[in-house]
Amino acid sequence: MSELAIHTNGLSKSFKAKQVLSGVDLRIPPGEVFALLGPNGAGKTTTVNILSTLSRPDAGTARVFGHDVVGEAARVRELIGVTGQFSAVDGLLTGRENLAMMAAFTHIPKPEQQARVDELLERFDLAEAGTKVASTYSGGMRRRLDLAMTLIARPRLVFLDEPTTGLDPRSRRTMWDIVDELVGDGVSIFLTTQYLEEADALADRIAMLDNGGIVAEGTPAELKRQMPGGHVRLEFATADDLDRARLLWSDAGAEAAELSLDVPGDGSVDHIRQLLTRLEGEGIEPRHLSIETPSLDDVFFALTGHRPETTPDIETAAGGTAPTDKEIAR
Amino acid sequence: MTAAARPTPPSQPTRVPAPPTPADAPTASALVDTMIMVKRQLVHGLRYPVFFYIVGMPLVLLLLFTYVFGGTLGRGIGGDSGDYLDYLLPGLLVLTLAGGMQLTALSVSQDMNEGIVSRFRSMPISRGSVLAGHVIGNGIQQFLAVIVVLLVGVALGFRPTATGIDYLALAGFVLVLLVALGWLAVAMGVQAKSVEAASNLPMIVVMFPFMGSGFVPTDSMPEWMQVFAEVQPFTPFIETVRGLLMGTEIGPDWWVSLLWCAGLAALGYVWARLKYEHRTAR
Repeated sequence: MSELAIHTNGLSKSFKAKQVLSGVDLRIPPGEVFALLGPNGAGKTTTVNILSTLSRPDAGTARVFGHDVVGEAARVRELIGVTGQFSAVDGLLTGRENLAMMAAFTHIPKPEQQARVDELLERFDLAEAGTKVASTYSGGMRRRLDLAMTLIARPRLVFLDEPTTGLDPRSRRTMWDIVDELVGDGVSIFLTTQYLEEADALADRIAMLDNGGIVAEGTPAELKRQMPGGHVRLEFATADDLDRARLLWSDAGAEAAELSLDVPGDGSVDHIRQLLTRLEGEGIEPRHLSIETPSLDDVFFALTGHRPETTPDIETAAGGTAPTDKEIAR
Repeated sequence: MTAAARPTPPSQPTRVPAPPTPADAPTASALVDTMIMVKRQLVHGLRYPVFFYIVGMPLVLLLLFTYVFGGTLGRGIGGDSGDYLDYLLPGLLVLTLAGGMQLTALSVSQDMNEGIVSRFRSMPISRGSVLAGHVIGNGIQQFLAVIVVLLVGVALGFRPTATGIDYLALAGFVLVLLVALGWLAVAMGVQAKSVEAASNLPMIVVMFPFMGSGFVPTDSMPEWMQVFAEVQPFTPFIETVRGLLMGTEIGPDWWVSLLWCAGLAALGYVWARLKYEHRTAR
């Protein structure tokens, strides 16, 4: 199927006098992990609610695999699975009963339902807890059960609305692994998050949502490149090499103690080639070279003037976060 | 970057299920979905036995009105506390159903205020099955509650004159009441902003049997109250039940009751469905 997994045009929604979404345009190809990144109140959940047929847009259109979310809601519901921000498990039922209920709604033959339930209990490490009522589960277990319930009907598009909010780092890591597995199955994923690390770690493409509008969109790398402040870090074997190299770039920042030099630039192939040619001309051989891009946090700040939340309790997942600005030019 | 390291996912997912075809048999599929929801309600009923609350209030009133107020009230209707029990019990059966509304509204509201309803609404489940499950699941428990109250009444000395056919008609009438009041209760549960509000809304309904012919004959009331007692639906409900059990004159009360039930069921159904579809997900 060549249709987009999600295609929206001018999606708008307001509650009372408050405009929550104002003209959101999204084009998400199938098989992609797409992250909608933004602070609380940016309109992330509203977007998910509209795309998952839970609420209607005031203006604009939204299609899921070519089906209109308003006019063909029933068709859309057959293709999607939603794991919302709030736990959507039945606390009075056991884990197994919750899954069995979801399986029953698929109307597939009983033995297949049973097999599917067993498979998901196993896969989400809930086999043992399956006989206990869900209200006794820990936050991470509930979230896993929640996601397993979402996956029972093998949706082609999964919405994960802040899937790791409130989880401890270990559970968060487990969720990330699960998302990666889903991608392997060819499932499209629409993720919302306030955590930059999460978008960075999981998403093929990120859209930054602020005050109901998309302020930037691209791959994590593209977004970081939009940001001034990226640089190439050169490290040298001797202080002499460093001293000679720093004469080549007047705007470079040297770090004598580390024998390193930060040369501003976007780190593109062109930029690196140019840089190395220049060094070669002087007969200097750098010992090490690394490209330092600004963090998504920096990008978000540059675009919106405020920072989304960061998670102090989780290690930076991707290597791209910059140790940069402060160290440059000192 | 993880994104770069990840292999390009196939544009054609390999595990696409055969598309479900609810359009083939919408009625059958609605029935299956409703039964799933009924089963869920019954499991809830076992794990969180609201049944005891449904049956508890009428039983307490039964004991209170038989052994505390019964003597005096019995003289009021020209008899003794045994005669009063015969008068009281039909009203208590209807009160049991009115009280059950509170728990139906509560269970709906609990669902609405948790993520589970958002899940159901985003799934290809037959529309209405979720709410119908509440009506039927709670209805079954209320039906059992009515039987328990009736049996306890008999144990205390209630002597109905009803025969087999009357009991059958009574069972049918109770089912009609359960559907009508059930949908109304579901609507209240969907409407309520909080679980507390959901338990308060039907409280008003619980008062109706008291302000009708449930506990004392309406002709003992002041005139303005009599007018209200005669026009409100619970008086014909109670009079029909009383007629079936005790052989008293039913007159037009049975069809007035059925009209009321049709109206209340339609109101509750439409109200519940509209509100359910449009209530914004949390």
